[in-house]
Amino acid sequence: MKILVPTKRVPDTDQRIPVSDDGRSIDASSLPYVINPFDAIALEEALRIREAQAGETEILAVGIGGDVYEDELRSALAMGADRAMIIESGTDLDPWNVARTLAALVERERPDLVLMGKQAVDDDLGQTGQFLAALLDWPQATFASKVEFIGQRELRVARETDSGIETVRVRLPAVVTADLRLNEPRYASLPSILKARKKPIERVAFSELGVDIQPRIEVVALEAASSKRQCVRVSSIDELLTKLRDDAGVL
Amino acid sequence: MKILVIIEHDQQSVRLASRSALGFAGEIARSMSGTVESLVIGYDVGHVAADAARFAAVLAADHEALQHPVADRYAQVIAQVAKARGAEMIVAAAGTFARDIVSRAAALLGGVMASEVVGHEYRGGELYFRRPMYAGGVTATVRLLGLPQVVTVRPSAYAPAEDLDSPGAIEAAKVDVAALPDHIAFERIDSKKSDRPDVTEARIVVSGGRAIKSSEDFEKLVGGLADALGGATGSSRALVDAGITRNELQVGQTGKIVAPELYLALGISGAVQHLAGMKNSKVIAAINSDPDAPIFEMADYGLVADIYEVVPQLIEKLAAGSRA
Ligand SMILES: Cc1cc2nc3c(=O)[nH]c(=O)nc-3n(C[C@H](O)[C@H](O)[C@H](O)COP(=O)(O)OP(=O)(O)OC[C@H]3O[C@@H](n4cnc5c(N)ncnc54)[C@H](O)[C@@H]3O)c2cc1C
Ligand SMILES: Nc1ncnc2c1ncn2[C@@H]1O[C@H](COP(=O)(O)O)[C@@H](O)[C@H]1O
Repeated sequence: MKILVPTKRVPDTDQRIPVSDDGRSIDASSLPYVINPFDAIALEEALRIREAQAGETEILAVGIGGDVYEDELRSALAMGADRAMIIESGTDLDPWNVARTLAALVERERPDLVLMGKQAVDDDLGQTGQFLAALLDWPQATFASKVEFIGQRELRVARETDSGIETVRVRLPAVVTADLRLNEPRYASLPSILKARKKPIERVAFSELGVDIQPRIEVVALEAASSKRQCVRVSSIDELLTKLRDDAGVL
Repeated sequence: MKILVIIEHDQQSVRLASRSALGFAGEIARSMSGTVESLVIGYDVGHVAADAARFAAVLAADHEALQHPVADRYAQVIAQVAKARGAEMIVAAAGTFARDIVSRAAALLGGVMASEVVGHEYRGGELYFRRPMYAGGVTATVRLLGLPQVVTVRPSAYAPAEDLDSPGAIEAAKVDVAALPDHIAFERIDSKKSDRPDVTEARIVVSGGRAIKSSEDFEKLVGGLADALGGATGSSRALVDAGITRNELQVGQTGKIVAPELYLALGISGAVQHLAGMKNSKVIAAINSDPDAPIFEMADYGLVADIYEVVPQLIEKLAAGSRA
């Protein structure tokens, strides 16, 4: 079994995200970056599948971007990925082009399963997994909160939807996107972090995959959100009720 | 501009969220001299089609093979219908249904998609969308390159469509059922019928956080207050993780997006991921025992108190008020 885990690097969103003066980009220089939390969950699930499977399982973590992906991919190796790969796109790609790149990589690597995040917490688009499944004409199980194997070639997946937990079965190969409650990613141990430093990170030139970039979404301006609310501190529930009823008029 | 709106329904009627998507489509159609049609997909959906006809002309893809909303089939239906009708824009309400299905359809139509749109504007005759990024920390203005454009809109950002003077026509959508994929087998959905309004549709939402220690306490404090106010219940991720609340109640970046008249946060710290789901509420009130909790920076009214102490009193006062 081979599992492909696309991992994106994103600024830690517990941080305030500064917008550059010209409003065209974010000022990333001061920001700590992490593996997109949902991708870390996807990777953890791949590790658990490897641990539970009788046969050989190979886990390939891939980042589409540039050299900056080294740190995140080393973390992926330290967590336990067998291989790590940077696809050198040079620029940031939108979901359509990430999905097309991943589809080309799938042709090359022939994984049985693509396990990825349901959403990248920088763009918050939540499109790439579904795009990839459509491009490959594979089944998809999005927002997974539980993944179990039925035999070797089929999965039963619990999906978190707005109306409740939905259960579906999909045959492999398939795309599964991870939701928060699928698992809690492990911390890498110090020895595995040290070992990961020595492991090679594969490099694939973008041109090797034969994908032409077709831009689909252009960001023309960014604006930092600000709260205009002024908190009125009240000292009792009576005062709270009065304010909500008389000042705010919402009761 | 030919616009196709994908309708979400409960087998009886159009969900309120989809009415907002229709509202958005109507606004675009008016400014770009366009037309709006809606697409109802399912099995035995005559009632839904009739309800949808209140707002626009309806195409109904009604077939046994479409009984469950599985992504591969529904996406194929959307793509087939969009192509057959020459749709230049496909619109749906943001939510897990559209994320799963409409995104897949978008890829079959060329991948031109903006998710979670909260506003739009025209510059030099071109349409631009506003959408939140970074858990709502940043608002981006984006332009889509190519056609058809697929757009999901946050229901809280657009007013629901109003009834037409006379209902739109209902037509059967031509679907090549034999060509539909069969990759995904639907087994079941575990949803709990609640007597309370849906958290995304309610005028008042009472939400609880980690301060609450058990399901019983949640029911008593958050549920009790919601009932006294005729509102819905919501929760932070912490309570869902702890198994105290069901995942459908989670409000936030990765849960539901709500914008009620009043959002009452009980024992919620105010993490950015939670704020992302409720900060567009009209009025926000918070009760938290920590005077420095970040939730107060996003609140209009704040009370520093122990919820276990004050919420029962609050419920009692409201009950007394309605008795009086
Ligand atoms: C990728 C990602 C996505 C996420 N998505 C979401 C999301 O969609 N929604 C979401 O909510 N979270 C989300 N989170 C989690 C988020 O970061 C916070 O961990 C979570 O919101 C905290 O929940 P809380 O406020 O209930 O708990 P805490 O942060 O633990 O806050 C509890 C609060 O209760 C107060 N308190 C304690 N006891 C009392 C008492 N007796 N009376 C009054 N006040 C009391 C405390 O002062 C504290 O402020 C996400 C996290 C990640 C990494
Ligand atoms: N540049 C990238 N490199 C690797 N994986 C990516 C990249 N961009 C997106 N992904 C994957 O696609 C998922 C969804 O991203 P998005 O559609 O942008 O929200 C992420 O959780 C990742 O698994």
